[in-house]
Amino acid sequence: MASPEGAAAAKVKLRPRKKKKSKKESKTRSVYANILGEEDDNNPNRHYADNKIKTTKYTVLSFLPKNLFEQFHRFANVYFVFIALLNFVPVVNAFQPELALAPVVFILSVTAIKDLWEDYRRHRSDKEINHMDCLVYSRTERRYVEKFWKEVHVGDFIRLRCNEILPADVLLLSSSDPDRLCHIETATLDGETNLKQRQVVRSFFDLDCDFDPSKYNSVIECEKPNNDLNRFRGYIIHRSGRRDALYKDNLLLRGCTIRNTEEAVGIVIYAGHETKAMLNNNGPRYKRSKLERQMNVDVFWCVIILLVMCSFAAVGHGLWMFQYGDKRPVFDVLSPEGTDLSPVLSAIYLFLTMIIVFQVLIPISLFVSIEIVKICQVYFIHQDAELYDEESDSHLQCRALNITEDLGQMQYIFSDKTGTLTDNKMVFRRCTVAGVEYSHDANARRLAMYQEMDSEEEECPSRGGTLPRRDSVGSHHSVKVVLRSHSTKSHRRTGSRAEAKRASILSKHTAFSSPMEKDITPDPQLMDKVNECGSQMDFMRFHSQPMSQLPSDLGDIMDFFIALTLCNTVVVSSPDQPRHKVRMRFELKSPVKTIEDFIKRFTPSRLTSGSNSSSSSSLATNRSSTKGCSSTLSSPSAESVNADGGAEHPNAAATCQPSSANHIAVFLPVPFCRACFQGNSKGKRQKKIIYRTQNYLNQYAADGLRTLCIAKKVLSKEEYACWLQRHLEAETAIQGREELLFESALRLETNLQLLGATGIEDRLQDGVPETIDALRKAGLQIWVLTGDKQETAVNIAYACKLLDPEEEILTLNADSMEACSLLLEESLHYIQAKFLCGSAKAFHADFAPFHIYPSSPPPPPHWSSSHAAVHRLGLVIDGRTLAYALDRSLEDKFLAVARSCRSVLCCRSTPLQKSMVVKLVRNKLKVMTLAIGDGANDVSMIQVADVGVGISGQEGMQAVMASDFALPRFRNLQKLLLVHGHWCYSRLANMILYFFYKNAMFVALIFWYQFYCGFSGSAMIDQWYLIFFNLMFSAFPQLITGTLDKDVSAQTLQQLPQLYINGQNSEEYKPYMFWMNMIDAFYQSLVCFFIPYFAYADSDVDLFTWGTPVTTIAVFTILLHLGVETKTWTWMNWLSICFSVALFFTVALCYNASCPTCYSPSNPYWTMQRLLQDPTFYLLCLITPAAALLPRYFYRACQGTIFPSPVQVGRQLDRLPAKDPHGNILSLSGIQTGARPDPERKSSVAKDPRRPREESQRPDASLSVRIDLPAEGGVKYTKNSQERLSVG
Amino acid sequence: MAKAKSGPLARRPDNSAFKQQRLPAWSPMLTANTVLPFFYFMAVICLLLGIWLLLTVQSVQEIRMDYTDSGACAHCHDLRKNVSNAALICTCKLYFHVDRPLKGDVFFYYGLQNFHQNLRRYMDSRDDAQMVGRKTNLKKPSSYCKPFATNDKGLPIAPCGAVANSIFNDSFKFQYLGSGSSDEPVPLWRKGISWYTDKNIKYRNPQMDNLSLAEVFHGTAPPPYWHRPVYELQTHDAINNGFINEDLIVWMREAAFPNFKKLYGILQRTNKPFESGLPKGNYSVEITYNFPVQYFRGRKQVVLTTLNWFGGPNKFLPIAYLITSCLVLLAAIGLTVVCKE
Repeated sequence: MASPEGAAAAKVKLRPRKKKKSKKESKTRSVYANILGEEDDNNPNRHYADNKIKTTKYTVLSFLPKNLFEQFHRFANVYFVFIALLNFVPVVNAFQPELALAPVVFILSVTAIKDLWEDYRRHRSDKEINHMDCLVYSRTERRYVEKFWKEVHVGDFIRLRCNEILPADVLLLSSSDPDRLCHIETATLDGETNLKQRQVVRSFFDLDCDFDPSKYNSVIECEKPNNDLNRFRGYIIHRSGRRDALYKDNLLLRGCTIRNTEEAVGIVIYAGHETKAMLNNNGPRYKRSKLERQMNVDVFWCVIILLVMCSFAAVGHGLWMFQYGDKRPVFDVLSPEGTDLSPVLSAIYLFLTMIIVFQVLIPISLFVSIEIVKICQVYFIHQDAELYDEESDSHLQCRALNITEDLGQMQYIFSDKTGTLTDNKMVFRRCTVAGVEYSHDANARRLAMYQEMDSEEEECPSRGGTLPRRDSVGSHHSVKVVLRSHSTKSHRRTGSRAEAKRASILSKHTAFSSPMEKDITPDPQLMDKVNECGSQMDFMRFHSQPMSQLPSDLGDIMDFFIALTLCNTVVVSSPDQPRHKVRMRFELKSPVKTIEDFIKRFTPSRLTSGSNSSSSSSLATNRSSTKGCSSTLSSPSAESVNADGGAEHPNAAATCQPSSANHIAVFLPVPFCRACFQGNSKGKRQKKIIYRTQNYLNQYAADGLRTLCIAKKVLSKEEYACWLQRHLEAETAIQGREELLFESALRLETNLQLLGATGIEDRLQDGVPETIDALRKAGLQIWVLTGDKQETAVNIAYACKLLDPEEEILTLNADSMEACSLLLEESLHYIQAKFLCGSAKAFHADFAPFHIYPSSPPPPPHWSSSHAAVHRLGLVIDGRTLAYALDRSLEDKFLAVARSCRSVLCCRSTPLQKSMVVKLVRNKLKVMTLAIGDGANDVSMIQVADVGVGISGQEGMQAVMASDFALPRFRNLQKLLLVHGHWCYSRLANMILYFFYKNAMFVALIFWYQFYCGFSGSAMIDQWYLIFFNLMFSAFPQLITGTLDKDVSAQTLQQLPQLYINGQNSEEYKPYMFWMNMIDAFYQSLVCFFIPYFAYADSDVDLFTWGTPVTTIAVFTILLHLGVETKTWTWMNWLSICFSVALFFTVALCYNASCPTCYSPSNPYWTMQRLLQDPTFYLLCLITPAAALLPRYFYRACQGTIFPSPVQVGRQLDRLPAKDPHGNILSLSGIQTGARPDPERKSSVAKDPRRPREESQRPDASLSVRIDLPAEGGVKYTKNSQERLSVG
Repeated sequence: MAKAKSGPLARRPDNSAFKQQRLPAWSPMLTANTVLPFFYFMAVICLLLGIWLLLTVQSVQEIRMDYTDSGACAHCHDLRKNVSNAALICTCKLYFHVDRPLKGDVFFYYGLQNFHQNLRRYMDSRDDAQMVGRKTNLKKPSSYCKPFATNDKGLPIAPCGAVANSIFNDSFKFQYLGSGSSDEPVPLWRKGISWYTDKNIKYRNPQMDNLSLAEVFHGTAPPPYWHRPVYELQTHDAINNGFINEDLIVWMREAAFPNFKKLYGILQRTNKPFESGLPKGNYSVEITYNFPVQYFRGRKQVVLTTLNWFGGPNKFLPIAYLITSCLVLLAAIGLTVVCKE
């Protein structure tokens, strides 16, 4: 929106003074202070967008034409308008032209009103935002005055106070913070709740007094507005001619909140629509769902049926005319001119007329109804309390409004690991310093206790009910005190509501995530050494000895901790006084003091010395800092700084510190890379350290920890100065800054001295194993694509039950294309050889009530070949091999292997590879894919998949921005897919089928009548009924059913994930079902036509006195048909059906009574009134719907009794005695996955399907659902349902 | 941003039954156990209704005679084949014998077969506004009437349109031959054969303003096929003349099917021997044979019938009930058998 504006501005901006710079000008923007005194029409900033935002699409004037234009992009609308206009042609018209316009106008106006309402909401929110206040420096008054946001202009000076929201993108010029920092919370922008530091522009860093805008006289050159939140480049030119570079660290983005900073002043750089936040805001996306694609095929079939019917009628009419020959009967009306129409010509006219009469067959309201139903579905998904995360106060967001039903049809899930499966909250586990391992066992115990407590916490409410929370806290507390001698505080993970609430209150002001991250119980051994180090230093300081005399192991420990400390961002704040930043940052004047300070901090005394409440002053470490890189140093992509990393180089991650008079020590958190250290491996000791550390690193990785190496380098002052200068040059560069910085980092990162490494655990999110288990039972193939190291990834995969210790794992690591090809072929042979007999058995087992592979679903029908069955195999493939495997020549083989594996794990994969894998599976296997991820590196994958899900979590909002659905946690995926997906799919599928049925049935009535009226296109159904039938009489019940119907309860759906297979196989809407519905519609219309026909045959009935009962019967039949298909009846269903019937009779009575001449040519005056006195009418209304619905009702009853589908079995489970449904279902559905399938035992099981329940609960690999209904309920279900559910 | 709620859990969805989709609901299972009782119930209800209706219909009597080209009317049929003979009057007599007396009200219909009153363009070819007596429409008929809106001389046609133009213009004299040779006319009500609302609301003559009907219709032409202008349809009865002539009104109510009958008269049961209906004996119907049907291979009939409380002699409805009952019963038995296995 803003970019054309910006381009225009750039063109106009070519001021004579800078003409020679014009080329450069077009790429940058210059911002002058408005204070400089130039008047409004001469202001250099006048071409930039102001801060008034307008996100509305329409204005009062442009609404009608623009909206209509947009609506006519939909082909269906054009078609309906065409048909309505056809009515204005006298030869072919079938209805009163004005009336024929009504439905089209209605549909268009409903959509228009919806658009208008949305636009109005946007307008209101715009207005509210535009009228927020902020302090802007006024030139005339020489002080800051309150102004509305919309009055802020580029070049204005703004004073920001703590907890204020930024009105525009502002360059930070001054801060009340002594370090010239400003903290902002970017939660609204990227969802990250931790505070980010922004720095005052370097040249204003040294200002002692308050910043005075009137003295400002610099010019800012920066980039054109763009949507990259993580990039801002530019420089500021002072009057002296000095240039200073500007970074993203200097820019405060619109929408962020100022925290922990009393006051800041900045100049507006981008305003309004040109701010990065607004440019990033590109609204919901539109995709077409699988169901809709299928539906469009059937709409096409409807068109064909329509054309066939019209042609049939046209030919019939021609023949009918022809049989009379030249002598025209009296009832054959000549054309208005009094001339005869030839049979051929009248057949052509009739064809057009029939299109009008039969137009209802192409359901005009289908598209609108689907849209309405989807909006309602989205609303309900939004409102689901179970998809709400208390910790982050976020709930599910549907960004794509029209693919809700796709959620019920997923077959493959591609998941990212970090942040998606795991918390992305880094918890310190262990470290190694100078080749010595400090295992931090106590810390591990403490972490384990959190988990225990979690589970206890979950049980607590169910057991205790109103048990006071405090008590339980207290009891935990006491337990903990015994276990943890160092900490007196009791922390629980935020399992309980109160705690979550507290934590979230806390996070409003501070940057804590969970106490687990903050507390560390130090390793006693390490503590001793640190203490020793401290005393030594005290001693040395006392004796003014140089530091270098420290023993080398102690020196390493000290350096290690200094590095850890320095390469972190440490902010201390107190929630009681959010505006005051407690000055506790390190004063790094002397290393000794640093160490002291450090020891003070990192020993438990810190924890005990604070006040008792966890909300008191505490240490807030930046989340990324725990990873080992300070935020200022981390590169934009989260994956690239993964601490165990090595795939990518961290950029210039260095903190420099004068370590002694002559030397500067550079401490670096680095990936473990022998090349960096090799040059320095002079000493034997260092070699040993490297060797040991390497071993520990491997061990850490095997434990699933993220590792980070700490190294140092000692530089001479000259070296440092030389490097610094080049680095600064690199920093100030506008073009190619990243590359230059990268080179600069490379220059420094050589010959490092390895100090040690840390192992950090990235904990699994809550409920991940359970979710994966449930999803897998639901027949979903889960692939994990991660950038992590293979060991780490495999470990996490085990932890989250993606891989089973019992199952074999194929690991594919190849160095070349040939090797990869060979590997793939080998594994394919292996699979075939090993599982050939197994799958044959599986085939046999299908006949038995138990399936051999319970945890893997039976293959979808298109995988019918036996070797494609999913085996108990895991596939692990690394990025390099993946690159080969994704090659065109190998991709088929790769898919063949991957498809027969139960789980696939791709490690070390790049974002591009991720998306390639998704694309490959999606296109080759023709399956529905879902990609879930949380970081920027998942964006491409999310965009490629049929449904992209973003986790709105720790790594920013890019994934969410690209996604169709944004979830707070991974575990929410279970309910979203299994419950909402299933519901949305079955509701919509049933509604679409019903729609087709309904229209076909109604239109067929008129078609049968053509045989009795010489195919002349007359309809016994009055034009009013015909036109409003779809819009009014039958509209509401199906909308209610389409929105609220639940075939199976949410609880059962979650407990029996197998029911999800229903949607994967499109069981609710298969192509043949369309035709079955059509046949049913034709049958029903035959009944509804011919029973009244024969009942009134040979009587003196007139057209409408006969047609009105037919209409009434049709309405009843159609509503009752919906009744047969409705699974749950709430009061809304009853109400809507009653309303529909009442509406029909009211409209009919009013219409038939209103006036005797108004509705020419048809004239049903007083018909309905008379019919209501006629007993035949009632007799017909009773018998016809009964006869019409008999087959369907009978079929449904048979289906429910004799061959119930899994979904129906699920419904029967719902209806089990209600006293303890929860436990009942659990006990009844003994679903176990466990030991490997044991063919021998299997066969014995198969022989006796009705063995006792206790036995079935034995942990074997069988799946059994026993439904023992009470005696009167009939025990018949037992066998059937077992078979159904186990076979799927 | 305009959310009224604030605080840490501001975005938590309401925990209401509606929003959480937990509305109390009745979820019927369509299984044999739930459906069978309903099936049996339906079968019994339909059976009982069917039997009752069948018994009721049995009492209805109907006499139907085709006179298109039968016996005495054959010569008239031939005569009407030639359009140039339209002005010639042709009458013929139809004799028949009633074996069982027709009890109760007896309705006299004329029936037409193969006459498509339900053609779309035919049905549209009328002007209700003219028939309701609007003077503007009398002089300027609606365009729907074309090409029967004005005659060759440009005079507006009243009543305009193809429906009125094609009016059935045979007339009948119904006679009771009794026991002897004395012909006794059977008295028929020729009024009250149309809907009350039609006679009184839908069809009105133009306002008279002390003029005679002929003067009101001055300046209009009769439809081309008509022999008499509209104001001479029933010269001796002013309230059955013009647009409110009941034969016209009955004709204007277009039949739903090509084979239909229209009411011609109802037996007056005031005098002997018709107090309880038509006694048995010989009857004759003298037909003024005007309406040509040979162009569309049509048939003309005279129908005499009595009625019951739910309609005519049509036995279809009771049979439909009985058949449905049987089907439901069959389905129910089938389901029972399958489930008991």
